[in-house]
Amino acid sequence: MNEIIESVKNLSIGFNSQKGKQISILKNVSTNIKKGETVGIVGESGSGKSTLALAMMGYIKQGLFPLKGECLFKSEDLLKMSSRQLEKIRGRKIAMIPQNAGQALTPNLKIGYQIDEALRLHTDLKKTERDKKISELLNKVRLPSPETMAFRYPHELSGGQQQRVAVAMALAGKPDLLLLDEPTTGLDVTTQAHVLELLRFIAKDTGTSMIYVSHDLGAIAQVSDRIVVMYAGEIVLEGPARKILKEPIHPYTYGLLKSIPKLSLAGLPDSMPGSQPQPGSINEGCSFYDRCNLATDNCKKNSPDLEHIKELDTNVRCFNYKELINQNNNLQTSITKKSNNSEANEVLKLKDVSISYAKQKFFDQLLNKISDQNPTVKDINIDIKKGETIALVGESGSGKSTILKSIAGLLKTKDGQIKFENDRILSSDLKMRNPNDLRAIQLIFQNPDESLNPNHTVEQILSQPLKLYFNLSGEELKKNIIDLLKKVRLGEFYMSRYPRQLSGGEKQRVAVARAFAAKPDIILCDEVTSALDVSVQAAVLNLLQQLKEDLGTTYVFVSHDLAVVRAISDRVAVLYQGRLCEIGPSQNVYKFPSHPYTEVLLGAVLEPDPDIKPKLVAEDIVEEKPPEKGCSFQGRCPRKIGDICNSEVPPWQIGENGNAIRCHINIEELASLQQ
Amino acid sequence: MLLLILKRIGLGLITLFIVSLITFVGVEVLPGDACTTYLEREAYGAALDACIKRLGLDVPAYERYLDWASNVVRGDFGYSLSGEMPINEVLGPRVKNSLVLASVSILIGIPLAIVLGIITALWRDKLPDIMISTITIFSMTIPEFISATLLILIVAIWLGWLPGIVIIPSDATFYELLSNIILPVVAISMIMTAHMARMVRSSVIQVMASDYVQMAILKGVPYWKMVFRHVLPNALLPAINVVALTIAWLLGGVVVTEVVFNYPGLGRLVIESISNRDLPVVQALAIILASIYVGINLIADLMTLMLNPRLKSLQIRK
Repeated sequence: MNEIIESVKNLSIGFNSQKGKQISILKNVSTNIKKGETVGIVGESGSGKSTLALAMMGYIKQGLFPLKGECLFKSEDLLKMSSRQLEKIRGRKIAMIPQNAGQALTPNLKIGYQIDEALRLHTDLKKTERDKKISELLNKVRLPSPETMAFRYPHELSGGQQQRVAVAMALAGKPDLLLLDEPTTGLDVTTQAHVLELLRFIAKDTGTSMIYVSHDLGAIAQVSDRIVVMYAGEIVLEGPARKILKEPIHPYTYGLLKSIPKLSLAGLPDSMPGSQPQPGSINEGCSFYDRCNLATDNCKKNSPDLEHIKELDTNVRCFNYKELINQNNNLQTSITKKSNNSEANEVLKLKDVSISYAKQKFFDQLLNKISDQNPTVKDINIDIKKGETIALVGESGSGKSTILKSIAGLLKTKDGQIKFENDRILSSDLKMRNPNDLRAIQLIFQNPDESLNPNHTVEQILSQPLKLYFNLSGEELKKNIIDLLKKVRLGEFYMSRYPRQLSGGEKQRVAVARAFAAKPDIILCDEVTSALDVSVQAAVLNLLQQLKEDLGTTYVFVSHDLAVVRAISDRVAVLYQGRLCEIGPSQNVYKFPSHPYTEVLLGAVLEPDPDIKPKLVAEDIVEEKPPEKGCSFQGRCPRKIGDICNSEVPPWQIGENGNAIRCHINIEELASLQQ
Repeated sequence: MLLLILKRIGLGLITLFIVSLITFVGVEVLPGDACTTYLEREAYGAALDACIKRLGLDVPAYERYLDWASNVVRGDFGYSLSGEMPINEVLGPRVKNSLVLASVSILIGIPLAIVLGIITALWRDKLPDIMISTITIFSMTIPEFISATLLILIVAIWLGWLPGIVIIPSDATFYELLSNIILPVVAISMIMTAHMARMVRSSVIQVMASDYVQMAILKGVPYWKMVFRHVLPNALLPAINVVALTIAWLLGGVVVTEVVFNYPGLGRLVIESISNRDLPVVQALAIILASIYVGINLIADLMTLMLNPRLKSLQIRK
């Protein structure tokens, strides 16, 4: 058990800047991987975790080069090997499971061929034996009908299936060490939980060592024996998983854990100020100095070494860690948010809304009608009160973003009405809406990199809505822009910056400011935090909440992340395949009884706690189309009761605590089943 | 799949129909008609009447269009005015000559372009790439009439190795042609190869940076095997449409090169018939060149569809 498989010694990797300076993105990293052990490497984007993982396979990305140190695999330095030698190790001794299997599988080659390739390279099996092995492997990763699966192309598989194929491919060479680079990021919650479960099973079954790289402490907590926390290219904390997650003794890890929204905890998570420094920007002192609340003058001038603490079996890079040892245990707190002072009047009503993506036939186009018996989104009835935050939750394909686009007028509805303020019907055609309605409903997009024009300065970006809706110009315009920036806590000097000069969190703040520039009544938030790091996510969530309390804005918040939704929303609507399953006040939706789909979703959430295991109650199959009749969740429901689920649309039942559930099972019975 | 092919063919036919209408209307609205433009100063009296009678210009325009169109469908383009012979006989050898020129250029140019593109991409920013890229950019930027003239000056006049212009009748045999077309082929291939090599280069570079290539390396796939199995099929797929456009351009559009070398191909025929005011031939050429473009692009689209598994299964599922 204590045999060391791979050991990284004093590794630094860097690049040459345009000014000819050497800038390192990995600084003096040392760690050991033992046989049979799963090590989680965690850090936010830019912390150097992927660079470290790839270096452990002897692979350095183009533009980077090793500055010093070595990666010893069974006492041979991978970084000094020829590519011929590396070909013998990669896939055979160390195998990789990539982040995005959809892009990591070669599109023109069949699944079977790609697994066969690994087998041919790394085993001496004959053709017939290999064929058998392929179906064995596909079976092992629990893919349905392995024989036919081998003849399919990567794009014909769902995201979860592609990830499974990547796992099968990595297992083909029977490696001693598996490297997993964010293997579940980008998958739906239920799929993610299933893939993690599979990985844990494989680790136990084959005794392979694993290095699991992720930004997601929830996923890391489920699989790791040991955790390495990286910050700005350095290891800042390393130790047994349970200790790291429950009693973190580094201020960064502590802050990171505090900034993760948790299911068990209502209210907003604590945010950490600032963001990770750019590589090369810190020359002296601790790299976490400017975000740390334990920092002293000593930290500014001297950088701490990685110190080994014997009694905790932990390495920590901090001068003041002892303060944290004493004050621990208050990880379970969160900022309580003001419960909404929602006035009774509704600001937006969705009445029987259906939306279809079906192509219009020629005659229907002429008559300007949409005939689709089974539209993507159907029968949505939601009344949104002024000043509340309502969240639409569901996995990909649940229609949540589609509904948002329809409210914004970007997509025409098929049936039903969207009513705004005093029951006035909003036209489903954007061009027919009056300018004031357009101003009143604003959208914030998921990815600020794509929603901000890269050729405009922040000033130009923010001045557009101000000019368009309020005809401002000159001094007044400038004053308003500065006000807006202040509201999202950015300084005046940001005005002349371009989006590429901002960090991810700053960009999203600019996007928030742009939405608020229109003084809107309703803001539609489309997965606004999913492209952000956790510490930044917490800050953006806090900002949104603060702005709402100050200005009384109504949010329609779309997210796939149940914990985030729990933190920010007053009311939650759960969607499956474009149909509502459950709707109610958020504190009640997260309690039983719930709709079987909500139950499945809640069970699959990963918490950054090794003691809370996800409950997998339904298969993670992907349905391409909603069923023609009956309950929308009939295909995957773990509590299906019979034919009635296939033939009849379930009725709405309203529980004692005010949440409405659409299910054939009686609500009291559901409650007792779920106890 | 079959439905899709039929749809594409149908669209192609509609395009051709529109082209034929436009050329016919274009000729119609020009001042004067085929006879007055052709006969010029002699366009009066009996000669003009005879000409009008012979060409059937005395019937209404739509009737003439229907008549002409139905003949074209049957493969008969009518009579040339200047040669006073069937247009088919004028066109036949020209089409053959253009085909010979195009196919020789394609056979040399496309493989060369692919090889050069791959070399420059794999040795990106190293010596082979810098050298080849400099040359390709150079030959891309020099207009063909200059490079063709330079070639004649150097190879034919200074060195005296090859004839400077093609002095053969338009119905020369294949072998006669071959020895005469070396210089035109070089002039054409230079530009064509350079364009396509740049395309292949950027496409290969893009694929080399993809996740699946990184994955193949990390899987332990040997370098050249990776290049041939994982990179090239994906990199060359988008090149098919560019190749198709190039072929279409070769068959009808190399007017300048054909004129400089005095090569009796379709391109020169366009110039000749325009300057001779031979309107029936111009009409026929417009239709033929349009069908070449439509046909080759159709083939390219279908090939992309067959070779790209993504598109293929998409169609089947529908």
